[in-house]
Amino acid sequence: MHFIFVAIGGGFGAIARFTTTKLWNTGKATFPLGTWMANIFGSLLLSICFVLFQKGVIQEWFWLLMGVGFCGAFTTFSTFSKEVLHLIESKQYKVAIWYVASSILIGMTVVSIVLLLFLDI
Amino acid sequence: MNEYISVFIGGCIGAVGRFIITLAVPDSYLFPYETLLANWFGCFLLTFLMAHPFLSSRVPKHLMTGIGTGIIGSFTTFSTFSVETANLWMEGYGIEALLYISLSIIGGLVLAWSGTQAAKMRG
Repeated sequence: MHFIFVAIGGGFGAIARFTTTKLWNTGKATFPLGTWMANIFGSLLLSICFVLFQKGVIQEWFWLLMGVGFCGAFTTFSTFSKEVLHLIESKQYKVAIWYVASSILIGMTVVSIVLLLFLDI
Repeated sequence: MNEYISVFIGGCIGAVGRFIITLAVPDSYLFPYETLLANWFGCFLLTFLMAHPFLSSRVPKHLMTGIGTGIIGSFTTFSTFSVETANLWMEGYGIEALLYISLSIIGGLVLAWSGTQAAKMRG
């Protein structure tokens, strides 16, 4: 039964990412704004789901659907790496560094704020 | 429309694949090996498929989108990576957090590059 929730969430997460990247990625060696937004927004959403699940506000099936399925599939690491490689190969070193640094730092900041505010660590 | 259906089905498969890996790795490990391995594997596979001369020319476009964006894109994850790193950091494992970031980024890049090279060698 667990698998069904993960699968449905994953399907919708993939469609949401597909739509986002279609709208905001240029396909050229420029900053991939679509992937960036999916990864940052997905990280924010996952940290919120994580806190709610830890506190027992949402049940396991909802965590599997939204957290593991949707957020996991909405965000992507393979496309991220592929894009960084593409930028490096096109000698867009500054954009590559900016893309990696901003994805990690902003993603981490957003997640840390949510965890610090709502999880008593 | 075809593309959306194949991305949806691909997303289902990719997410379940990632879930199975997390179930297979025991929770007792502090370091998030399962996400690292899934992400590494996906980086190699994505560029391999995209650069492969036979696959990229003969397989219908909507099917390639379903496999690349759908299956592999959903199999790998950035959100879990962010939450795991923040968790490591906050629980006082700063070195492990930095190691996790470095291994993910550098390993991902090396594997994405290797995928392209391996695909070209097949051509």
